[in-house]
Amino acid sequence: MNSLAIPQALIECHELTCAYDGAVAVDDVSMAVRRGDFVGVVGPSGSGKTTLLKAILGSVQPASGHVHRLQNLKMAYVPQVESVDWNFPVTVLETVVMTRTRNGWWSRMAKEERDQAERVLHRLGLVDVSARHIRELSGGQQQRVFIARALFHRPELLVLDEPTSGVDVRTRHEVLHLLADLHDEGLSIVLTTHDLNGLAAHLPRVVCINRRIVADGSPRDVLTPVVLEQTYGAAMEVLIHGGMPVVLESGADHVARRLSKLTTS
Amino acid sequence: MLATLFEPFGYSFFNNGLAVATLAGALCGLLGVFVVLRGMSYIGHGLSHAVFGGAAASAVVGINYFVGAGIWAVVSGVLIGRIARRRIIGADAAIGVVTTASFAIGLALLNRYGQAKKSIEAVLFGSVLGVERADIWAVSIVALLVAVFIVAFYRRLLFATFDPDVAQVTGVRVAWVEAMVMMMLSLTILVTMRVIGTLLISALLVIPAATSRMLTNSFARMLWISPVLGAIAGFVGMNAAYHLDTSASATVILAAAIGFVAVYAATGIRGRVRVAHVHHI
Repeated sequence: MNSLAIPQALIECHELTCAYDGAVAVDDVSMAVRRGDFVGVVGPSGSGKTTLLKAILGSVQPASGHVHRLQNLKMAYVPQVESVDWNFPVTVLETVVMTRTRNGWWSRMAKEERDQAERVLHRLGLVDVSARHIRELSGGQQQRVFIARALFHRPELLVLDEPTSGVDVRTRHEVLHLLADLHDEGLSIVLTTHDLNGLAAHLPRVVCINRRIVADGSPRDVLTPVVLEQTYGAAMEVLIHGGMPVVLESGADHVARRLSKLTTS
Repeated sequence: MLATLFEPFGYSFFNNGLAVATLAGALCGLLGVFVVLRGMSYIGHGLSHAVFGGAAASAVVGINYFVGAGIWAVVSGVLIGRIARRRIIGADAAIGVVTTASFAIGLALLNRYGQAKKSIEAVLFGSVLGVERADIWAVSIVALLVAVFIVAFYRRLLFATFDPDVAQVTGVRVAWVEAMVMMMLSLTILVTMRVIGTLLISALLVIPAATSRMLTNSFARMLWISPVLGAIAGFVGMNAAYHLDTSASATVILAAAIGFVAVYAATGIRGRVRVAHVHHI
């Protein structure tokens, strides 16, 4: 096998373990993110998804093992929308340019920088709202502002925490298409998600974790009843629809029957 | 009428006090923006109480106020940090323990060794009569330092204040920025406390900044509106105190609070009108 055919690793986690006050959040995880990857990390709440992202970003220190980042790798992080302080006094434009922290004195923007910001805002359809306060935006626009801020940093690796949590179907599609376009242009992407059908099933690579890695591969290989039961601790069924796996909760009919007080036939 | 208004300017003690109160208002207004936006009001309140202990101790031991209270403030800051790191206690409780203990030490020291009531009152409520040229210099230097710091590190400060986690990942040294803000805050409290007093300083840190937040949705604009409001409160409050024969610091805070109420009422009406016109996209 020719090792040159494998794209360069941007991030390599070796036997990574992270813990908070002795409670292990991520246990013995080894995985790599390579140039051109588009990876979705899925798992139940408390499975260590966000901790793994933070370890990749370097904001959480491993208890053991290590994370190797490519030298001078430029990463940008899009936080969960829920974690943003929407009452903070910033406009869309101010939010986008704050990542270039070494530019300019006071709130001054150089002409060149303003043009670049305009381009990013145009790309994400935010030009018309650039002077608005971030609270005065629709859900989709709020999500895109933080993607715009990340892109303005000109990253090689884009890291997103739950980019579609709490958004409606249309916004989810918008975000997914935007990420697909960015990936086509060569950006490497890692994200976490709860949304198996709406998001994870569309990605080229899915990593299932429940503190440890349960499976890592294409959605067709990974989103199977056996893997999902190991990941979520609950039985799930998987259908194939239009060539894509669709995950269904087992026992949902039982709950519906109980709630509607129907008698079993 | 006009002569009465200008009467206090004939006294040098008043002019010194006026200069310090106006500068202190501007300085507290400026740093107050960070205090308000980061939800640090309790830290400001706590730090001033900790500094009180230092002020009392340095008076008793006979060393310079700025040196003694400065060291005390740093030690309290470190202690708060250490106690807060034990997660089960939490930062707010740590601040409560350290600063009120420090305040109590100050009170006890002054009871035991100080010249009784007068000096305690001077530190608690501030004293305009005691303002010296050195105070004007100290406040001016700290104000200049803070202004230069904010202009030079504007974006890093904005990023670290708005979104510390992402700022850290993007390459901002958030811990350093936070330490600098804390240091500026300690210095500000140190140099303004003798005029405004321990009990009222946190109000001057909070009120102008909170008022300016209601007037603008821009961080940059808040950073100049807030110090202007603080300075106006200092200037108007000092003059009013002379004519009404009230405590200088209390009158300064009242002036700031009247401004807050006026803006609250005005923007409330405007806000309601705006909501009525909101159209969803």
